Amino acid sequence: MARQARRWRAGAAGMAVLGLTLTACGGAKVGDSSSEAGGSSSSAKCGTFNLAVNPWVGYEANAAVIAYVAENDLHCKVTKKDLKEEIAWQGFGTGEVDAVVENWGHDDLKKKYITGQKTAVDAGATGNEGLIGWYVPPWLAKEHPDITDWKNLDKYAAKFKTSESGGKGQLLDGDPSFVTNDEALVKNLKLDYKVVYAGSETALIQTFRKAEKNKEWVIGYFYEPQWFMSEVPLVKVKLPEYKAGCDADAEKIACDYPVYTLDKIVSAKFAKSGSPAYDLVKKFNWTNDDQNVVAKYIAVDKMTPEAAAKKWVEANRAKVDAWIK
Amino acid sequence: MTVVVEKTEPPGGPERTRPVEEPAPAAEPRRISRSLVIGVILVVWLVLFAVLRGRQTLALAAADLTGLHRWFNDVNDSIGANRDTNPLFLYFFNEIRLVIDTLVTFVRELISQPSDARPLPQIGWLGVVGIAGYVSWAFGNWRVALLAVAGFTFFGLQGLWQESMDTLALTLSSVLVALLFAIPLGVWAGLSDRFHRIMTPFLDFMQTMPTFVYLAPLTLFFLIGGASATIATVIYAAPPAIRITAHAIRSVPETTVEAADSLGATRRQALLKVLLPMSKRTVVMGVNQTIMAALAMVTIAALIDAPGLGKTVVQALQSLDVGTAFNAGLSIVVMAIVLDRVTTAASTREEEARRSKNRFLAWRRPLLGAGAVVTAVLVFMSHTYVWAAEFPGEGGLGSSIASAADTTTTWVQDNLSGVTNTVRDLITNGLLNPFQSLLTDSPWWLVGAVLIALGVVLGGRRAGITTAVCVGLLVATGMWSDSMTTLASTVVATILVMLLGVVFGVWMGRSRLVDRMLRPSLDAAQVMPPFVYLVPFLALFGATRFTAIVAAIVYAAPVAMKIIADGVRNVPAATVEAATSAGCNTWQIITKVQLPMARSALTLATNQGLIYVLSMVVVGGLVGAGALGYDVVAGFSQGQLFGKGLAAGLAIVLLGVMFDRITQAAARRTSA
Repeated sequence: MARQARRWRAGAAGMAVLGLTLTACGGAKVGDSSSEAGGSSSSAKCGTFNLAVNPWVGYEANAAVIAYVAENDLHCKVTKKDLKEEIAWQGFGTGEVDAVVENWGHDDLKKKYITGQKTAVDAGATGNEGLIGWYVPPWLAKEHPDITDWKNLDKYAAKFKTSESGGKGQLLDGDPSFVTNDEALVKNLKLDYKVVYAGSETALIQTFRKAEKNKEWVIGYFYEPQWFMSEVPLVKVKLPEYKAGCDADAEKIACDYPVYTLDKIVSAKFAKSGSPAYDLVKKFNWTNDDQNVVAKYIAVDKMTPEAAAKKWVEANRAKVDAWIK
Repeated sequence: MTVVVEKTEPPGGPERTRPVEEPAPAAEPRRISRSLVIGVILVVWLVLFAVLRGRQTLALAAADLTGLHRWFNDVNDSIGANRDTNPLFLYFFNEIRLVIDTLVTFVRELISQPSDARPLPQIGWLGVVGIAGYVSWAFGNWRVALLAVAGFTFFGLQGLWQESMDTLALTLSSVLVALLFAIPLGVWAGLSDRFHRIMTPFLDFMQTMPTFVYLAPLTLFFLIGGASATIATVIYAAPPAIRITAHAIRSVPETTVEAADSLGATRRQALLKVLLPMSKRTVVMGVNQTIMAALAMVTIAALIDAPGLGKTVVQALQSLDVGTAFNAGLSIVVMAIVLDRVTTAASTREEEARRSKNRFLAWRRPLLGAGAVVTAVLVFMSHTYVWAAEFPGEGGLGSSIASAADTTTTWVQDNLSGVTNTVRDLITNGLLNPFQSLLTDSPWWLVGAVLIALGVVLGGRRAGITTAVCVGLLVATGMWSDSMTTLASTVVATILVMLLGVVFGVWMGRSRLVDRMLRPSLDAAQVMPPFVYLVPFLALFGATRFTAIVAAIVYAAPVAMKIIADGVRNVPAATVEAATSAGCNTWQIITKVQLPMARSALTLATNQGLIYVLSMVVVGGLVGAGALGYDVVAGFSQGQLFGKGLAAGLAIVLLGVMFDRITQAAARRTSA
């Protein structure tokens, strides 16, 4: 008897809750808003655009702006995929990636996927110029101006010693996916330095940031365009001048890095698809300064990539219109 | 001892313990002679090192490859080139991918992602919180239900609802797929000794092979995104469930099985009616370990575009945004703690219910029914109304936590880096550098011989043979020199882990209060993705091998502490009382009674500490440790280094197997 009464009580409580919620609660229903009807017809024309996002902020700036324009002006459905270069290129073949929008050299990948498997094609320059080289923090360049020439580096080698460099000066290298000839350079320029691998871009930036703040001696691999330059404007060290072909034999390189023309790579399928997103990627072109502005919005001002892109696009409507004409 | 192990298994870590077989008798005089032999070996090594330094070290430059590495590259390339035509892909891998992808997409559309027709997922936050609370209560108790509700609400308040649900969806799918294979395999391994022996090396391999090594090949086989991420997680997360299920089946008392046999039960009946029900509690612990391991993969899987909190962590790392990374990391920790406590409560529920009288039992059925109705209502509302579907608010809690974390790290960086640099230089110059040059500058055959000799002395002949095989294979990978560099850092890190482990372990073991205070932070240290604390550590210690050692300690020391604490606590109270009444002071009780009696816990802690340190080698490669960790990361990033990365991964596995076998054998000997 008692048990039955309890069950009744519980049931009644449940019913009461149900009743309450059905009557007292209301509000907007999911799917109510009808504002999204507009874009659907043109989105069918563009379809889905799979954009790879490689892991550095400069790339993210390119991707953010392209994605923003593709979504808002061309009404594409943009799917961003966070991937390292190697895997992004692999995605061209499997149909999972349509475009890589900031490529640094990577001749090995071009050979494998563009000329070899023919799954990728070149979509032209981004307009950005990529510099790679050895950099020192600004305070160091200011106090020892001659340090920016490689010929004087040996003089300072002892100052760059660390617990990792085995009695020599330390030259700090970054992420393993970066293009680097540093070990060959140190050997062939007969410098009293040892290349130490920080292992990630994060480690590299943190080291430079701390070096500038505490006036520490650091020399290391870095590159431009890079958002970090707007926080700490690192100074480039002059290496023996680059001449075409001086880097032909990887073992014997003794010259500076070339200026890279950063370019865009798209999948062969995407290039033939007639998607307006492809035309956008092909026409997309801007300067290092443009990229640095957007990268700074993202990395320093901590805006979302979408918000950063929106801000830049609204301020640079003319440039954007040229891409989508 | 195995019971001890079960209790101390940490969330997030691989479960690698096996029941220790019958201990070999070890007499007192033999132990003395053993340490003498070790001393002699070390002296001979030092003498030969002084003479032969720098010869036959098998060093390999960063960009150099061996024939084996090139061969791995070629295999990888040919798979990539033929994937569209190969029937194995068309009819096997693609099918697997399709099934798993469908599962992941289904779960995500249920709780985290808008599906085609709807702008929001099918079940909104209110429904998910309701289900989490109800399920926790039904399988656990009301206390963990409260914890689950609070934890899930916390995700929303942090402004990370969708990311958290993506992570949950991926974790649930992976665990589901993992258990689908793990439970039957575990039962089989529990019933058959032969299968158990065959499985063990595979499980070791799956758990010690750095994930980075197979991440890129997996995307080749299963494409980018959810399916690959799930499969990567399954590979890492299934072994604990297999091991623990096998262990559970094995620990069912023989008399019970015999009784069933004598009653005329068939094999099938014995399994379904006796073995499985009796091992249910332990199997649930295996499920718990699998969930924790799956959560540990969240950030790594983000590197191949797995959705969720890991992505937030990885992206924040690019701009060194410690606050945001910490925010997302904290959500992972909260999710891990909620799932851990709920599954633990579930595994002990029946027992507790039996103990806590019958007053609530009568109420339970109607209450469960009412709860189900309420949950259904919540789910319905969250499906229908926007306010119940989208978590309200801007996630203000998240940004205040982030800025607090930022302020704290900045303060620590500014004020402590003097001290930390001193510590770093002291340990690097005093301990790490000499040891490393001893290992890397000695001829390879000398180091190999020393390792084998130590294996024989510490672990016996069989451990010696294993060591010999591992040394041979290490040479074959072409990564000898880098392996020795990694070995040096690993040993130094393990020594530090054991120092901390003994100090805190004894403290925790002697005081319940300290234990209760420290345990949550130990859990957090193990589940917090290392990517989160790498940035502050870099500021404190620079891009050095020592930073990697510190990161490894954060991950490995909690395990050692927990194991030692349990070992100390399990020393019979009567023994301690006897010592006290005999006039021993606290120090004497610890050093003469508690530590010696917890010796098997100490060796087990060393074993686990080493393995955990080894699993951080790749993370160390990201912050300046170089060597094998860097090689693995490089293999993941650059096509022409793929083969070398794979070889480096194999070298890490070999180091792990070598350590594991020697310390296990040594543990068997000392537990006599």
